[in-house]
Amino acid sequence: MSRPRPEPIQVVKQRRDAALKALVEGVPYIRFLGIEFERRGDELTALLNFDDKLIGNPFLPAIHGGVTAAFLETTMIITLSWAYLWPDIESGAFDPEKMGAEDLPRLPKTINFTVDYLRSGLPRDAYARATVSRSGRRYASMRVEAWQDNRDKLFAQAAGHFLMPPRDAPDNG
Amino acid sequence: MVDKVELARKFIEAIPHAKALGMRLTDIGAGNAQIEMAYDKKLVGDPKTGVVHGGAVSAMMDTCCGAAVMSHPSAPGGTATIDLRIDYMRAATPGQTIRTSATCYHITRSVAFVRATATDDDADRPVATASGAFTVERR
Repeated sequence: MSRPRPEPIQVVKQRRDAALKALVEGVPYIRFLGIEFERRGDELTALLNFDDKLIGNPFLPAIHGGVTAAFLETTMIITLSWAYLWPDIESGAFDPEKMGAEDLPRLPKTINFTVDYLRSGLPRDAYARATVSRSGRRYASMRVEAWQDNRDKLFAQAAGHFLMPPRDAPDNG
Repeated sequence: MVDKVELARKFIEAIPHAKALGMRLTDIGAGNAQIEMAYDKKLVGDPKTGVVHGGAVSAMMDTCCGAAVMSHPSAPGGTATIDLRIDYMRAATPGQTIRTSATCYHITRSVAFVRATATDDDADRPVATASGAFTVERR
Protein backbone atom coordinates (compact mmCIF):
# COMPACT_ATOMS: atom_id res chain seq x y z
CA MET A 1 0.00 0.00 0.00
CA SER A 2 1.49 3.35 -0.97
CA ARG A 3 0.49 6.37 1.09
CA PRO A 4 -1.28 9.22 -0.70
CA ARG A 5 0.89 12.01 -2.04
CA PRO A 6 1.12 14.89 0.49
CA GLU A 7 -0.73 18.09 -0.43
CA PRO A 8 1.40 20.96 -1.77
CA ILE A 9 2.67 23.21 1.04
CA GLN A 10 0.90 26.31 -0.33
CA VAL A 11 -2.47 24.56 -0.19
CA VAL A 12 -1.97 23.47 3.43
CA LYS A 13 -0.69 26.89 4.56
CA GLN A 14 -3.43 28.76 2.75
CA ARG A 15 -6.14 26.64 4.38
CA ARG A 16 -4.69 26.97 7.90
CA ASP A 17 -4.13 30.73 7.61
CA ALA A 18 -7.63 31.29 6.22
CA ALA A 19 -9.12 29.32 9.13
CA LEU A 20 -7.15 31.36 11.69
CA LYS A 21 -8.17 34.60 10.00
CA ALA A 22 -11.84 33.57 10.07
CA LEU A 23 -11.59 32.88 13.82
CA VAL A 24 -9.88 36.16 14.74
CA GLU A 25 -10.83 38.87 12.28
CA GLY A 26 -14.59 38.81 12.76
CA VAL A 27 -14.37 39.82 16.44
CA PRO A 28 -14.61 43.62 16.94
CA TYR A 29 -13.15 43.55 20.48
CA ILE A 30 -10.00 41.69 19.34
CA ARG A 31 -9.49 44.38 16.70
CA PHE A 32 -10.18 47.15 19.27
CA LEU A 33 -7.40 45.84 21.55
CA GLY A 34 -5.02 45.29 18.60
CA ILE A 35 -4.47 41.57 19.16
CA GLU A 36 -3.04 39.42 16.34
CA PHE A 37 -2.14 35.73 16.14
CA GLU A 38 0.96 34.22 14.59
CA ARG A 39 1.02 30.57 13.57
CA ARG A 40 3.77 27.96 13.26
CA GLY A 41 2.21 24.62 12.39
CA ASP A 42 -0.56 24.32 14.94
CA GLU A 43 1.21 26.50 17.55
CA LEU A 44 -0.27 29.96 18.06
CA THR A 45 1.36 33.03 19.62
CA ALA A 46 -0.82 36.01 20.45
CA LEU A 47 0.59 39.51 19.98
CA LEU A 48 -0.78 42.59 21.75
CA ASN A 49 0.30 45.66 19.79
CA PHE A 50 0.95 48.47 22.26
CA ASP A 51 -1.22 51.57 22.02
CA ASP A 52 -1.76 54.50 24.40
CA LYS A 53 -5.39 53.56 24.91
CA LEU A 54 -4.25 50.33 26.67
CA ILE A 55 -2.68 52.27 29.56
CA GLY A 56 -4.14 51.79 33.02
CA ASN A 57 -1.65 53.79 35.07
CA PRO A 58 -0.53 56.95 33.25
CA PHE A 59 2.10 57.80 35.91
CA LEU A 60 4.25 54.66 35.58
CA PRO A 61 3.02 54.15 32.74
CA ALA A 62 1.68 50.58 32.71
CA ILE A 63 -0.78 48.49 30.71
CA HIS A 64 -4.25 48.29 32.31
CA GLY A 65 -4.80 45.09 34.34
CA GLY A 66 -8.10 44.65 32.53
CA VAL A 67 -6.29 44.73 29.17
CA THR A 68 -3.92 42.04 30.43
CA ALA A 69 -6.89 39.93 31.60
CA ALA A 70 -8.67 40.40 28.25
CA PHE A 71 -5.47 39.57 26.31
CA LEU A 72 -4.96 36.34 28.29
CA GLU A 73 -8.62 35.34 27.97
CA THR A 74 -8.63 35.99 24.21
CA THR A 75 -5.43 33.96 23.81
CA MET A 76 -6.98 31.04 25.71
CA ILE A 77 -10.29 31.05 23.85
CA ILE A 78 -8.75 31.39 20.36
CA THR A 79 -6.15 28.69 21.14
CA LEU A 80 -8.88 26.37 22.44
CA SER A 81 -11.16 27.06 19.46
CA TRP A 82 -8.21 26.48 17.15
CA ALA A 83 -7.38 23.13 18.80
CA TYR A 84 -11.07 22.18 18.69
CA LEU A 85 -11.36 22.99 14.97
CA TRP A 86 -7.92 21.66 13.95
CA PRO A 87 -9.06 18.16 12.81
CA ASP A 88 -11.76 19.74 10.63
CA ILE A 89 -9.30 22.30 9.23
CA GLU A 90 -6.87 19.51 8.30
CA SER A 91 -9.56 17.30 6.76
CA GLY A 92 -11.03 20.24 4.85
CA ALA A 93 -14.44 19.87 6.57
CA PHE A 94 -14.02 23.41 7.97
CA ASP A 95 -13.64 25.63 4.93
CA PRO A 96 -13.63 29.36 5.80
CA GLU A 97 -13.64 30.24 2.09
CA LYS A 98 -17.19 28.97 1.86
CA MET A 99 -18.51 30.67 5.01
CA GLY A 100 -19.03 34.23 6.20
CA ALA A 101 -18.50 35.52 9.75
CA GLU A 102 -22.11 34.54 10.40
CA ASP A 103 -21.61 30.84 9.63
CA LEU A 104 -18.69 30.14 11.98
CA PRO A 105 -19.19 27.02 14.07
CA ARG A 106 -20.14 27.41 17.73
CA LEU A 107 -17.07 28.04 19.87
CA PRO A 108 -16.14 27.37 23.52
CA LYS A 109 -17.36 29.82 26.18
CA THR A 110 -15.46 31.07 29.24
CA ILE A 111 -16.73 29.74 32.57
CA ASN A 112 -14.07 31.45 34.69
CA PHE A 113 -10.42 32.35 34.84
CA THR A 114 -7.86 33.60 37.36
CA VAL A 115 -5.14 36.05 36.41
CA ASP A 116 -1.90 36.43 38.36
CA TYR A 117 -0.19 39.78 37.84
CA LEU A 118 3.54 39.16 38.21
CA ARG A 119 5.05 42.45 36.99
CA SER A 120 3.56 45.67 35.70
CA GLY A 121 2.93 45.57 31.94
CA LEU A 122 5.39 47.95 30.27
CA PRO A 123 4.25 50.32 27.50
CA ARG A 124 5.37 48.01 24.68
CA ASP A 125 4.18 44.91 22.77
CA ALA A 126 3.25 41.77 24.71
CA TYR A 127 3.09 38.11 23.70
CA ALA A 128 1.16 35.13 25.04
CA ARG A 129 0.89 31.40 24.47
CA ALA A 130 -1.81 29.15 25.88
CA THR A 131 -1.88 25.38 26.36
CA VAL A 132 -4.84 23.08 26.72
CA SER A 133 -4.33 21.18 29.99
CA ARG A 134 -7.38 19.04 29.37
CA SER A 135 -10.16 19.15 26.82
CA GLY A 136 -13.13 16.91 27.46
CA ARG A 137 -16.53 16.56 25.86
CA ARG A 138 -18.12 19.30 28.00
CA TYR A 139 -15.33 21.18 29.78
CA ALA A 140 -11.77 22.27 29.07
CA SER A 141 -8.98 23.59 31.33
CA MET A 142 -6.28 25.90 30.04
CA ARG A 143 -3.18 27.77 31.11
CA VAL A 144 -1.60 30.82 29.53
CA GLU A 145 1.61 32.81 29.97
CA ALA A 146 2.36 36.35 28.83
CA TRP A 147 5.68 38.13 28.50
CA GLN A 148 7.21 41.22 26.94
CA ASP A 149 10.92 41.57 26.28
CA ASN A 150 12.13 38.34 27.88
CA ARG A 151 10.39 35.02 27.31
CA ASP A 152 11.51 33.88 30.79
CA LYS A 153 10.19 36.95 32.62
CA LEU A 154 6.42 36.55 32.60
CA PHE A 155 4.40 39.65 33.43
CA ALA A 156 1.16 37.70 33.83
CA GLN A 157 -0.20 34.18 33.81
CA ALA A 158 -3.72 32.77 33.99
CA ALA A 159 -5.68 29.54 34.22
CA GLY A 160 -9.25 29.12 33.07
CA HIS A 161 -12.18 26.77 32.55
CA PHE A 162 -14.29 26.67 29.41
CA LEU A 163 -17.59 25.17 28.32
CA MET A 164 -17.26 23.24 25.07
CA PRO A 165 -19.92 23.74 22.38
CA PRO A 166 -22.61 21.04 22.25
CA ARG A 167 -21.80 18.46 19.59
CA ASP A 168 -24.42 17.02 17.29
CA ALA A 169 -25.11 14.13 19.65
CA PRO A 170 -26.24 10.87 18.12
CA ASP A 171 -29.92 10.26 18.72
CA ASN A 172 -30.16 7.72 21.54
CA GLY A 173 -33.97 7.51 21.43
CA MET B 1 -11.66 61.96 53.54
CA VAL B 2 -13.50 63.93 50.84
CA ASP B 3 -10.19 64.73 49.17
CA LYS B 4 -9.33 61.09 48.77
CA VAL B 5 -12.71 60.26 47.18
CA GLU B 6 -12.30 63.15 44.76
CA LEU B 7 -8.74 62.03 44.03
CA ALA B 8 -9.92 58.49 43.28
CA ARG B 9 -12.62 59.74 40.91
CA LYS B 10 -10.11 61.93 39.05
CA PHE B 11 -7.60 59.07 39.00
CA ILE B 12 -10.13 56.62 37.53
CA GLU B 13 -11.40 59.04 34.93
CA ALA B 14 -7.84 59.88 33.84
CA ILE B 15 -7.09 56.24 32.96
CA PRO B 16 -6.71 56.07 29.17
CA HIS B 17 -8.15 52.55 28.92
CA ALA B 18 -11.14 53.40 31.14
CA LYS B 19 -11.80 56.31 28.78
CA ALA B 20 -11.38 54.12 25.69
CA LEU B 21 -14.01 51.70 27.02
CA GLY B 22 -16.38 54.55 27.98
CA MET B 23 -16.36 53.76 31.72
CA ARG B 24 -18.17 56.16 34.05
CA LEU B 25 -17.63 56.17 37.81
CA THR B 26 -21.13 56.61 39.27
CA ASP B 27 -20.43 56.15 42.99
CA ILE B 28 -17.40 55.81 45.22
CA GLY B 29 -16.55 55.94 48.92
CA ALA B 30 -15.74 53.92 52.06
CA GLY B 31 -14.39 50.90 50.17
CA ASN B 32 -17.23 50.75 47.62
CA ALA B 33 -17.27 51.74 43.95
CA GLN B 34 -19.73 51.59 41.06
CA ILE B 35 -18.88 51.87 37.38
CA GLU B 36 -21.11 51.91 34.29
CA MET B 37 -20.15 51.01 30.73
CA ALA B 38 -22.55 51.75 27.86
CA TYR B 39 -23.02 49.21 25.06
CA ASP B 40 -20.67 49.83 22.13
CA LYS B 41 -20.24 47.82 18.90
CA LYS B 42 -16.43 47.91 19.23
CA LEU B 43 -16.70 45.82 22.42
CA VAL B 44 -18.55 42.95 20.74
CA GLY B 45 -17.02 39.50 21.17
CA ASP B 46 -19.57 37.46 19.22
CA PRO B 47 -20.54 39.09 15.91
CA LYS B 48 -23.38 36.59 15.45
CA THR B 49 -25.27 37.74 18.57
CA GLY B 50 -23.72 41.16 19.29
CA VAL B 51 -22.82 40.08 22.84
CA VAL B 52 -20.05 42.14 24.54
CA HIS B 53 -16.68 40.33 24.90
CA GLY B 54 -15.91 38.93 28.36
CA GLY B 55 -12.61 40.83 28.26
CA ALA B 56 -14.39 44.20 28.34
CA VAL B 57 -16.32 43.03 31.41
CA SER B 58 -13.01 41.91 32.99
CA ALA B 59 -11.42 45.32 32.37
CA MET B 60 -14.40 46.97 34.04
CA MET B 61 -14.22 44.58 37.02
CA ASP B 62 -10.51 45.26 37.48
CA THR B 63 -10.98 49.05 37.37
CA CYS B 64 -13.95 48.94 39.75
CA CYS B 65 -12.12 46.71 42.26
CA GLY B 66 -9.09 49.04 42.17
CA ALA B 67 -11.34 52.05 42.77
CA ALA B 68 -12.99 50.32 45.74
CA VAL B 69 -9.56 49.71 47.31
CA MET B 70 -8.43 53.31 46.83
CA SER B 71 -11.63 54.63 48.41
CA HIS B 72 -11.20 52.50 51.55
CA PRO B 73 -10.51 54.65 54.65
CA SER B 74 -7.48 52.47 55.55
CA ALA B 75 -5.84 52.64 52.10
CA PRO B 76 -3.08 55.25 52.13
CA GLY B 77 -2.63 55.59 48.37
CA GLY B 78 -2.55 53.69 45.10
CA THR B 79 -3.06 50.00 44.39
CA ALA B 80 -2.24 47.29 41.86
CA THR B 81 -3.90 43.95 41.14
CA ILE B 82 -2.18 40.88 42.61
CA ASP B 83 -4.75 38.44 41.30
CA LEU B 84 -8.29 38.52 40.00
CA ARG B 85 -10.72 35.69 39.38
CA ILE B 86 -13.73 36.22 37.14
CA ASP B 87 -16.75 33.93 36.81
CA TYR B 88 -19.14 34.39 33.90
CA MET B 89 -22.77 33.53 34.69
CA ARG B 90 -24.42 34.55 31.43
CA ALA B 91 -24.04 36.75 28.35
CA ALA B 92 -24.85 40.45 28.89
CA THR B 93 -27.94 41.41 26.84
CA PRO B 94 -26.77 43.27 23.68
CA GLY B 95 -27.64 46.98 23.73
CA GLN B 96 -27.79 47.28 27.52
CA THR B 97 -25.46 49.22 29.83
CA ILE B 98 -23.34 47.03 32.14
CA ARG B 99 -22.99 48.14 35.79
CA THR B 100 -20.34 46.85 38.16
CA SER B 101 -20.26 47.34 41.88
CA ALA B 102 -17.19 46.40 43.95
CA THR B 103 -16.57 46.17 47.71
CA CYS B 104 -13.25 46.10 49.50
CA TYR B 105 -14.40 43.84 52.37
CA HIS B 106 -11.08 43.47 54.18
CA ILE B 107 -7.79 45.31 54.17
CA THR B 108 -4.45 44.72 55.91
CA ARG B 109 -1.29 46.84 55.81
CA SER B 110 -0.21 45.15 52.57
CA VAL B 111 -3.21 43.41 50.96
CA ALA B 112 -6.78 44.45 50.12
CA PHE B 113 -9.48 41.83 49.43
CA VAL B 114 -12.23 42.77 47.00
CA ARG B 115 -15.31 41.28 45.36
CA ALA B 116 -17.47 42.62 42.56
CA THR B 117 -20.67 41.86 40.64
CA ALA B 118 -21.64 42.97 37.14
CA THR B 119 -25.26 43.16 35.93
CA ASP B 120 -27.23 44.56 33.00
CA ASP B 121 -30.86 45.85 33.11
CA ASP B 122 -31.94 42.56 34.72
CA ALA B 123 -30.19 43.38 38.00
CA ASP B 124 -31.32 40.19 39.78
CA ARG B 125 -29.33 37.87 37.52
CA PRO B 126 -25.60 38.67 37.60
CA VAL B 127 -23.65 38.68 34.33
CA ALA B 128 -20.35 38.02 36.11
CA THR B 129 -18.73 38.08 39.53
CA ALA B 130 -15.12 38.70 40.48
CA SER B 131 -12.91 38.38 43.52
CA GLY B 132 -9.33 39.45 43.91
CA ALA B 133 -6.43 40.59 46.03
CA PHE B 134 -4.82 44.00 45.53
CA THR B 135 -1.65 45.62 46.83
CA VAL B 136 -1.79 48.40 49.41
CA GLU B 137 0.84 50.94 48.37
CA ARG B 138 2.54 52.82 51.16
CA ARG B 139 2.89 56.50 50.80
